[in-house]
This record gives sequence, C-alpha cells and structure tokens, in this order.
Amino acid sequence: MSDSSPDKPTSPNFDAALDFRSGWSYSEAPESSDYIELDENYGHYIDGRFVQPSKGRYLESINPATEKSLAKIADGTGEDVDAAVKAAGKAFKSKWSGLPGRERGKYIYRIARMIQEYARELAVLESMDGGKPIRESRDVDIPLTAAHFFYYAGWADKLEYAFPGRKAEPLGVCGQIIPWNFPMLMLAWKIAPALATGNTVVLKPAETTSLTALRFAEICSDAGLPDGVINIVTGAGQTGSNLVNHPDIDKIAFTGSTEVGKIIQKSLAGSGKRYTLELGGKGANIIFEDAAIEQAVEGVINAIFFNQGHVCCAGSRLLVQESIADLFISRLKDRMETLIVGDPLDKNTDIGAINSKAQYDRILNYLEIGVEEGAAIYQTQAELPKSGYFCRPTLFTDVGQSNRIVNEEIFGPVLTIQTFRTPDEAVEKANNTPYGLSGGVWTDKGSKIFQTGRALRAGVIWSNTFNKFDPTSPFGGYKESGVGREGGLHGLYPYVHLTS
Amino acid sequence: MTKPSSELISSQQPSLHKAYLPVSPIDEVGVRERVARLNRRSIKKDSKKEALKLALSMIDLTTLEGKDSTGKVIQLCRKAARPHAGMASLPHVAAVCVYPSMVSTARKQLEGTGIFTASVATSFPAGMVSLKQKLDDTRYAIEQGAEEIDMVISRGEFLKGNYSYVYDEIASIREVCQEVHLKVILETGELGTLEHVRKASDLAIRAGADFIKTSTGKIAPAATQPATLVMLEAIRDHYLATGHKVGMKPAGGIRKAKQALQYLVLLRETLGAGWVTPEYFRFGASSLANDLLMQILKQETGVYQSADYFSID
Repeated sequence: MSDSSPDKPTSPNFDAALDFRSGWSYSEAPESSDYIELDENYGHYIDGRFVQPSKGRYLESINPATEKSLAKIADGTGEDVDAAVKAAGKAFKSKWSGLPGRERGKYIYRIARMIQEYARELAVLESMDGGKPIRESRDVDIPLTAAHFFYYAGWADKLEYAFPGRKAEPLGVCGQIIPWNFPMLMLAWKIAPALATGNTVVLKPAETTSLTALRFAEICSDAGLPDGVINIVTGAGQTGSNLVNHPDIDKIAFTGSTEVGKIIQKSLAGSGKRYTLELGGKGANIIFEDAAIEQAVEGVINAIFFNQGHVCCAGSRLLVQESIADLFISRLKDRMETLIVGDPLDKNTDIGAINSKAQYDRILNYLEIGVEEGAAIYQTQAELPKSGYFCRPTLFTDVGQSNRIVNEEIFGPVLTIQTFRTPDEAVEKANNTPYGLSGGVWTDKGSKIFQTGRALRAGVIWSNTFNKFDPTSPFGGYKESGVGREGGLHGLYPYVHLTS
Repeated sequence: MTKPSSELISSQQPSLHKAYLPVSPIDEVGVRERVARLNRRSIKKDSKKEALKLALSMIDLTTLEGKDSTGKVIQLCRKAARPHAGMASLPHVAAVCVYPSMVSTARKQLEGTGIFTASVATSFPAGMVSLKQKLDDTRYAIEQGAEEIDMVISRGEFLKGNYSYVYDEIASIREVCQEVHLKVILETGELGTLEHVRKASDLAIRAGADFIKTSTGKIAPAATQPATLVMLEAIRDHYLATGHKVGMKPAGGIRKAKQALQYLVLLRETLGAGWVTPEYFRFGASSLANDLLMQILKQETGVYQSADYFSID
C-alpha cells in the first residue's frame, strides 16, 4: 500500500523544521513601469473614437497594491450603451458581416500580432490595474490573449469546415460583459470568436479593471479595424444591465458570478437573445494515495493560489485520501511558506494584491465565517506590504460538506481540505455542489484518471495538472457554473446561426 | 569491521528489508514545470552579489583527467585558495577534488587553507571492479590524506534491481571511511528515470552517505535541475523523518554563474536556509569558478572584464 507515513523519528532533533525565512533571500526585482502613460480620464470607445460619457460621470480605477487611483474611467449610462449598440449595428450591416472571412482574419491576425508587440506594456498595466503578479500577467495572461486571437483568426475563413454542409451566419451585435480576474484574457475569449464569425461587439469590462481593455481599443484603432466593430463601454453593474436589456443586442456573453448570471438569465428569458454564461465554481481537486505526491502538492498550489485564487475554475476544495492526508498537508504547508506575497510588479511575487477593497472584505469575511464554523485555519507567515489589499495563503482543515466555506465560492487564496477513504466517496463529495466548472484528479494510474474523470460532473477536468488553458480547448460549466462553451471549435457555435 | 567480500554481489537477502524503499510516483512533467517556475526567480542586486560569493565558496574545484599531474594539481590548489588575485575579500572554494594518486599533492598544498581535499574513489567513474578493489581504492585515498571521498554506486546492479547490493556496497565504503566525509555519486544520467534517482538517493542516504551527488561528470547528461530537485526532496524527507541532515552536490555541466544561481534557488526553496552553506551544498565544477568571478567583478565594477584577467589553472 502507500508509503506515505513518515518514518518514525530516530533522532532527538525530530522537531527540526525547514527554515524559509532566514539566510540568503531575494532582493526586490521590480518590473519597470515608468513608461506606462495613463490619461487622467478615459471615455468610452464607440464607433472608432474615444468619447466622453453622456452624463460626464467617472469611476476611479484603483491600483489594489497601493490603494491609489490610476485613472478615472467613464461610468456608462443607458445613452452611452445605446450609442455603442447603434455603432456596432451600423458596422455590422454596412461592413463587417459582408466582409469575406479571409479579410476578417487579416484584421484579427493583426490584432494578435500587436498584442504580442505590446505584450510587456499590457502585462505591466494588467498587474497595476488588477493586482496580479507580473509573473502571471507576463507568462500567462498576455501570451494566452494573443494565442486566442491567433487561434480564432485561423477560423475566420474556414467556417465552412467548422460546420460542414451548413452555412454559418453571424448573429449581429454581441453584448459582452467580462470579469476582473483575467481582464485581457476574458476580453480575448469574448471578442476573438465574435469577430471571426462576423459579429460586432459592445464590450463592458469590469469597473475595477478597464484600463487594458481601453488600451486594447487603441490597438484595434491602430490595426485599422473598421469603426464600430469593437466598442467598449466602461461602467459598473448598471451599465451591464443596460447592455443586457438593450433591444438591439442579439447575443449576450457574460463571465462573472452565478448570482449576476441568474439575474441576466431571468432578464433574457423570452427576449430571443442568445446567451452564454460562464459563472462561478467550487472545483474539487482530488488527490489519490497513488498520486505523485510532490507534483500534486505543486498542483494544489497552482490550483488555488494562481491569480490570488480569483479563478472561477480554481481547485478551491481539496479532497485528499485519508491515508496520505497528514503527509500531504504537511508538505503543502512547507511549500506554501515559500510563496512570496507582495508587490504585483516584483518579478518574484507569487501572490499579488486582492483585486479590490470589496473582494478583500469579502474574503476576510469568509475567513471569519470559517473560524466561526469551527474549522482549523492555517496561514503562512508571509510578510505583507503595509498598504494595499493582501491576503496570506490560507488553509482550512477540519471542515465538512456542510460548511459554508466548503460550499460557497470565496474567490481568494483560501483552500478547504477534506479527506476521503474510497474513490466513490471522493466523487460523491466532488459532485455534491451546485457548481460544476472544474475538477482535478491526481493519480499515477491511467485507468483511475478516466474512471474518475468520467464520474465528475464538471466542464473541465484536469489530471495531474491544474489551471492549464489553451485556445483550442472548450471551456464551460455544468449546473450553476454556466451555459455554453467558450474556446476551441465549440466556442464558435454561440456566435453563429447555422443554416443548411 | 567485517571483511567484505565479492560474495556480496550475489547476496540478495540479508539487508533487503532495510534497502527496499517504496517510492511515491514521480511525474517528470511536473518536476520540469516546478524547475521552470523556480528558474523564473529573479536574482538581482545584493541578493545576486551574495549568491555569487556563496556559490564560489561551495565549489569542489575539480580535475579528473588521465593527464593530471602534480604540476596541474598544485596550480589548481593555488586557484582554490585565492580564486582571484585582485580581490582579497573573496571566499576560497570548499574543496579540491582529484584522483586518489593526486591526493597527497593536493593535501600538502591545501594545508592550513581551510579547503578540504576530496578524492574520487571506488574505481571512479564506472566502478566496474570488485567490491574489494573499491574498498582498497577508498583506503588508499584516505591513506593519502583524503578528507572527503566521492564514491560511485554500481549502476548496473541498481538497474538490475539488486538494491541490497548497492546498499551494502555504500555501507561497506561508509565503514571504511569512518569519519571521512562520504559523498555518494548516483550518476543520474545513467539511471534513466527520476523514480530511479529518488530510489538511489534514498538508498544512499539510508546506507550512510554524508552527501549525495548527481554525477561523475563523465556521462551526459551530468547534473540536471530535475534530478537535483528530486534528490533535494529525498534529503528533505529524510530530514523531516529523522532530523538528520544530508548534503547535496550537483556535479558536471554547471559552467555558468546563472546556472549556479538557479541551483541555489532550488536549494533555498526546497530545503531552506539550513542547507545554503558549503557544509551542506557543493558544486562539482571546474570552469564555473571563473564565470562566477567574472560576474562578481561585474557587480563590483559595473563592467565585464576580459577573460584574460581570470586565471586558467
């Protein structure tokens, strides 16, 4: 059976622990950001131009690592949304929908190349605006953003091969609402397939992370994309609601919370508008006793501490087989001690700032709930910066399915750990949630991967890895985690009307 | 000590129970990803200066050639004690590593410097001789004055599954060494999988190694970061289970300062501060020293110096 139980102590030094706090350490290694030029105020990008909001109101965009304002962004009103939808409608009819796929593809390829060209600037801006570590914005967010545009650019002139024997017609104007956790990447997930299939777009980025979307608007402009094909209206919930309820919208694509998703679904009922919803999750990460333990520990780190845990498909529930649980948790704690929490622009930072004050308060509230529920809390000793919204990587043990911290999406660097005894029990616990976005299976046995993977009711199952993304792979949820798929060939369907 | 004999080759049973160690599966893809992530650490400013000097102090300055001579070894020992004439504040290297026949020369040169004399033994690098010859080779090196012994394991026996042979072999050399510091070379480049690397590490540690070492430097690949990471994890697990600290020595192919810094990051984030010292970590290298010196001088002066300013011994 398992070799998990550590050997009996043979030395009086048995209490010896690993010391990750003293001795040689890393100096500051900040990515330079002095070349980033930000305007004081940003308007909406409508019909190929930046325009001031109709009622002149602005929202502050805060750098969560410093709590200082970076710029002001327009707070979109119904009139702003209407202007954007009209511009998109006009561009759809007069130009974009009639363009041959090959020509549309050229524009999208050009945008993809320009994203690569400005990759460093976009990564720095993404980290300043959203708090994510530069290591991730530089190595994950922006490269994947470009990859999505490249991928869907390739489909633009091959739709007849995507849907053999049928004709794929664009839908019209797509209203797209994206979250604050992966601002550029979610923009790409939404915009790239819409453009490739001949639709035009009104996109509303999240109010805390609009700056890269506005920089993207400039890139579209420089790429010579026809006016009105992409429109970006900034603002908060009300702006999104105006977009969802606008009568001339043909399709809504939303990524965000399940709570808002349900509201959107209700308001769209009977409207005839198509929609895709990519919502919350509480992904189970299952570690079997025959897993490669060391790599599974690393996988858990990537599953829950990637992007401060602001990941809808995060592996936020750890299910570990009881026979290895003590060993596994002790190794996990040691690994967590080496996570560096701090300045998102420092190249060595593993965990950056929590995206906003509101989210920070929400996470802290869940930490209190967990303690009140009687769970054992463990946090690393990471030093936190004096200002900014930072949260130490956190574990909760001694929890059960009935606890709120196990049921509800926390969207922070907080992991709950439960044990299980048999594979059936693991699957039962994993599926015992209203969500169904992601899951992880760790075992060295190929057969067990497929057996477990098939039984899990979630849209994405990773095995012996976690949080890996690729534009060719469809992504989406079961149950309350969403409707529809984004990415891959499947990601084209929500944007086309198929005729024979 | 009991007289070891070549009969050990066929003895399967006696120590199998202590030698056989089940190993958790190791996913090589995952190991490579972990190494890649650690390689993204950015070592700058004071941290870099400190690490470069630290790396210099961890070198086992090595010459292991058939053409080695007293003249060569004497010059190498001068370099070991005073790596760069222009800089008095530099640390000396940890040890000089030579073949047994060169040990007395090295030992004489290094007397009073604080630098250890290390010798390869056990019919380095292949080790394809009888156990008796290996023991004699080790005894000879120690008689000549070796303070550290770098032995090789019998990879053939290991790959055959004859773990008890390998265990007993290491234990026998350990007995011969007594207080002499024993480094056990696994020759990871011949072991084929990381699971083998882990198993061989566990064997060597349980059989009494003071250090485990990746490679002889005579086989490609020599030291790799994935193999080193797996070995560091074996050391860590042993320490957490017993409180006993074993050292680590990657050897061969580490020529550049940047590589050395990457290894130090692996070390720091796997084992912590307790191992970031020449007492528990060594680099087996010959040309690494000059690149470290060049980078140290770059940090001090802001410019790179010509390679002609650094001694080649």
